[in-house]
Amino acid sequence: MALQTMSLSGRKKEVSNKKMTFLERLYLWTIIKGMMITIGHLFTRKVTIKYPEQVRERSKVYRGQHLLKRDEQGRENCTACGLCALSCPAEAITMTASERKPSEKHLYREEKYASVYEINMLRCIFCGLCEEACPKDAIYLTESKVLVPSQYDREDFIFGKDKLVMPLTEAMKNAQLKNAN
Amino acid sequence: MDTAIIIEKSVLIVAVFALTMLMAMYATLAERKVAAWLQDRIGPNRAGKGGILQPLADGLKLFSKEEFLPDTPNKFLFVAGPAISMSVALMTSAVIPWGDKLEIAGRTVIMQATDIDVALLYVFGVLSVGVYGIMIGAWASNNKFSLMSAMRASSQMISYEVAMGLSIIALLMMTGTLSLREIAAQQSGMNWNVFYQPVGFLIFLVCSFAETNRTPFDLAECEAELIGGYHTEYSSMRMGFYLFAEYASMFISSTILAVLYFGAYNYPGMQWAVENWGVNVANIIGFLALFAKLCFFIFFYMWVRWTIPRFRYDQLMRLGWQMLIPLAIANIFVTAICILWSDGNLF
Repeated sequence: MALQTMSLSGRKKEVSNKKMTFLERLYLWTIIKGMMITIGHLFTRKVTIKYPEQVRERSKVYRGQHLLKRDEQGRENCTACGLCALSCPAEAITMTASERKPSEKHLYREEKYASVYEINMLRCIFCGLCEEACPKDAIYLTESKVLVPSQYDREDFIFGKDKLVMPLTEAMKNAQLKNAN
Repeated sequence: MDTAIIIEKSVLIVAVFALTMLMAMYATLAERKVAAWLQDRIGPNRAGKGGILQPLADGLKLFSKEEFLPDTPNKFLFVAGPAISMSVALMTSAVIPWGDKLEIAGRTVIMQATDIDVALLYVFGVLSVGVYGIMIGAWASNNKFSLMSAMRASSQMISYEVAMGLSIIALLMMTGTLSLREIAAQQSGMNWNVFYQPVGFLIFLVCSFAETNRTPFDLAECEAELIGGYHTEYSSMRMGFYLFAEYASMFISSTILAVLYFGAYNYPGMQWAVENWGVNVANIIGFLALFAKLCFFIFFYMWVRWTIPRFRYDQLMRLGWQMLIPLAIANIFVTAICILWSDGNLF
């Protein structure tokens, strides 16, 4: 078969400029056929989701706002290894590492921790690569419905540890749940 | 006696006026709903139950908009344009027979605002004035795009009026009268004109689409080429009047289609209903039958709108002048031969 006439999809249609017959030029039959198609759509199921009352189901891999996790004893998991920042394609993550003092053993799980951990939410694309890169189970993208609330200043979009770290109460709740199980 | 007639006619006129307005209002909602349904959507459903109050909300919005008057030397004509469109759209409904007759308190009430002998000519006359509303409004807008739109609309309407008139002549040869009331009465039972004049009906249908500026003949409105259309410079309720007039004339032309070709208020078994249930009940059912028929045609207008793309301008003119007019003339000849043949006068 010649290359020009080959069809990979099997749906190739040769275009022809042949003169239409009289019946074809009337278009009446074609119009009736078209109207039968549209009338069929009158009875199909509507795809609209009535938003405030109905909410579309989220995908299982939905990625919402980031969360820096604490373990069951309420200590921060993050050790400021920087792998998340390295993996981030948008270069949204920065951090400063610090050494844990003996008096801070109840706050941080390991000797090194992130004293500053910032994500620039204007740069973040919610790809979840930070979550995949993290060796310490520290950063997660949650199912939170709120992605980034609107702000007036660009600085406000840089989320620090105050917004990212899991609240202590939630850590306690997780611990209780785990004990109960 | 005279006061009784005045009261009777006033009530009829107000009723017909109210019906036309109501239908035009709800045609806007129906248009949006049908458009949505044909596209697998739901359509407006927030104002009232299932969107039933949407036309009121639309009207309120239009009323509360700023009435903008462009810098034009023809301020009077600018205001007159939508007024002409609207009054013309409403005037046509005067001659439509909504039913045969009612008997109220011993009086026979004809369900028609006026029964004039030349009702059909009146309808055509009034419809052709409709183009002035568009033309004057666009001319007074002092905007070349509006004017171009009006040129398109008026040349289209004038072209298709010819074919429309010719398609009606074949019908007139059959019925032998111009009175809509008599045409309606002749179609009693299932004796509908559409069975005798299918080609004439088709031509008339296509021309009604063109006359009401509906898709596929809606070249008068085009965002890409004309910014908006003949009503680009209009705002607030003047704009609303133009839009409203379109739906009112759609309602009227649906009614005329139903009256001329689809048996008007007649339904199978009307004679039986008159004998058994009385004149009043039979005629109210007749009115409902006419109403159902015209609702179907209004739906048909919308159905076509969301099925067929619009014509190019040269295609539009070719269809009008080179297809429909010769076809209408051929239809007249065939009808004439058939009439002679059935009378036994042929050969």
